[in-house]
Amino acid sequence: MKICYYPGCTLKATAQNLEDAGLAALAVLGIAVEELPRWNCCGAVFSLATDDVLHQIAPTRILIRAQEAGAGQLVTLCAQCYNTLARANLLARTDAEKRETLNRFMTEEPDYRGEVEVVHYLQLLRDQLGWNGLAARVRRPLAGLKVAPYYGCTLLRPAEVNIDAGRAGGPPAILRDFLAALGATPVDFPLATECCSAYQVIGSPAASLARAQTVVAAAVAAGADALVLSCPLCDHNLGRQQLSFPATNGGPPRLPVLYFSQLLALALGIDAAGCGLDRNVPGTRALLAERNLVPVAV
Amino acid sequence: MIQTMKDTEAELIPVYVMGKRYLVPAALTIMKAIEYAGHQFIRGCGCRGGVCGACSTVYRKKGDYKIRSGLACQTVVEPDMHLAQIPFYPALRTPYDYAATEPTGSAIAQLYPELFRCVACNACTKICPMDVQVMDYIAFLKRGDLRAATAASFDCIQCGLCASRCLAEIPQYHIAQAARRLYGGKLAPPAAHLATMVSHVAAGRFGATLGELGGMTADQLRELYVARQMEPAMSDETWVPDAKVGLA
Repeated sequence: MKICYYPGCTLKATAQNLEDAGLAALAVLGIAVEELPRWNCCGAVFSLATDDVLHQIAPTRILIRAQEAGAGQLVTLCAQCYNTLARANLLARTDAEKRETLNRFMTEEPDYRGEVEVVHYLQLLRDQLGWNGLAARVRRPLAGLKVAPYYGCTLLRPAEVNIDAGRAGGPPAILRDFLAALGATPVDFPLATECCSAYQVIGSPAASLARAQTVVAAAVAAGADALVLSCPLCDHNLGRQQLSFPATNGGPPRLPVLYFSQLLALALGIDAAGCGLDRNVPGTRALLAERNLVPVAV
Repeated sequence: MIQTMKDTEAELIPVYVMGKRYLVPAALTIMKAIEYAGHQFIRGCGCRGGVCGACSTVYRKKGDYKIRSGLACQTVVEPDMHLAQIPFYPALRTPYDYAATEPTGSAIAQLYPELFRCVACNACTKICPMDVQVMDYIAFLKRGDLRAATAASFDCIQCGLCASRCLAEIPQYHIAQAARRLYGGKLAPPAAHLATMVSHVAAGRFGATLGELGGMTADQLRELYVARQMEPAMSDETWVPDAKVGLA
């Protein structure tokens, strides 16, 4: 089955490290994906207004592109794009009235009825390789690295698009299993599935900064060396915002933040440049060098 | 001339100009048909030769909900067409300091933040008389790819129909022009032959010829212009003029 890849705008702009590492890792793993030849913005956020069909056009158009390209699956690295596309796909599959409205509006496109399956990269790893299969491919185990998985909202909610739906009812474990396969030590912490503050960073920057301090402090308190996530917006709020944390003595703790694809690339033996580590918050590369996880110390 | 054409000499067909029915000769373009019906174009008619884009127009056909577009000076009328000429559609171009502006997606986003209001409805692409993939170049700019946006928008004639249809109120053609200028001047590899020619100009290679022309009377210039060697129609790219003044 052909798998198409949908990058999303941010991965071509400020989150190139999420993409570069993820694609380099897939090449090493021998999983072939093809970037959609034509694509537009996913819409960034799934519209929550029930009568807002217009905002479903962007993600639906991408799904049509995937279908045109002959893809059975469309894979994303960005959690936000995953959420928007998966929910638009769910709408195409389950809401006949809105589906027909969308198809009638896009007369220049072939009709779409949810034929393509939207998957997140973590699901692809789990379902194509299995965690044992992935562990067997690791060349540089992340031994001794204690990593807190951060899911945020968009990988898990709503339940219909939960990438770890098999564990419905219990806490998600897909990132924990992923980290264990890489040889790292997963560190569960209580705020792993809470919101990073999302776009509140624009309207309520003070509240967003406070949230970042709370989440990072909770991960540090749980004993994590680093935080791993899959969303550029979470990375901005929990990672970049650390640059704005008060620097006073005894101020809020800071923590290296990495995309899951970067840890994957690192464990597969891809060099530091291929992992895009120069784009992470200060201290990330120093931490990895300290644990002998990057070939060249900085 | 239209004004002297007797109705009996040409086949007449009905068209609707701003909702009113007129009989016009079947061979006319939309622009000529509207003029035949009594309207006068002072602005918005442009070159009348299919080049400049000033006369981009919208029309509908009988029994078809689709809005269609074309150049009024090039599109021939059909029976029961519904016509109106839109001389200009307001769209703001953001002034910027070219030298100080980085050729990046974020620079474009700062000039035109409304870029991110696009919901991919595709109305812009569907109306474009030049078949430019407008929505696609907006998508390229959202992800900061000025090179791809330049290539995708290259055929744009700045007619502005895209902006007239945009429900996100984006002035697409102005944004694409800024992207092309930033890409062309700051990112595209410079053409070596252009630098060579500029150095020839700077060194005064054409000075004597220009001086000669400057000293001529209007009549002499006219004579020279009329006598110039024209490139034959449909000639291929190997054609060269007999005289190669300054090109050697």
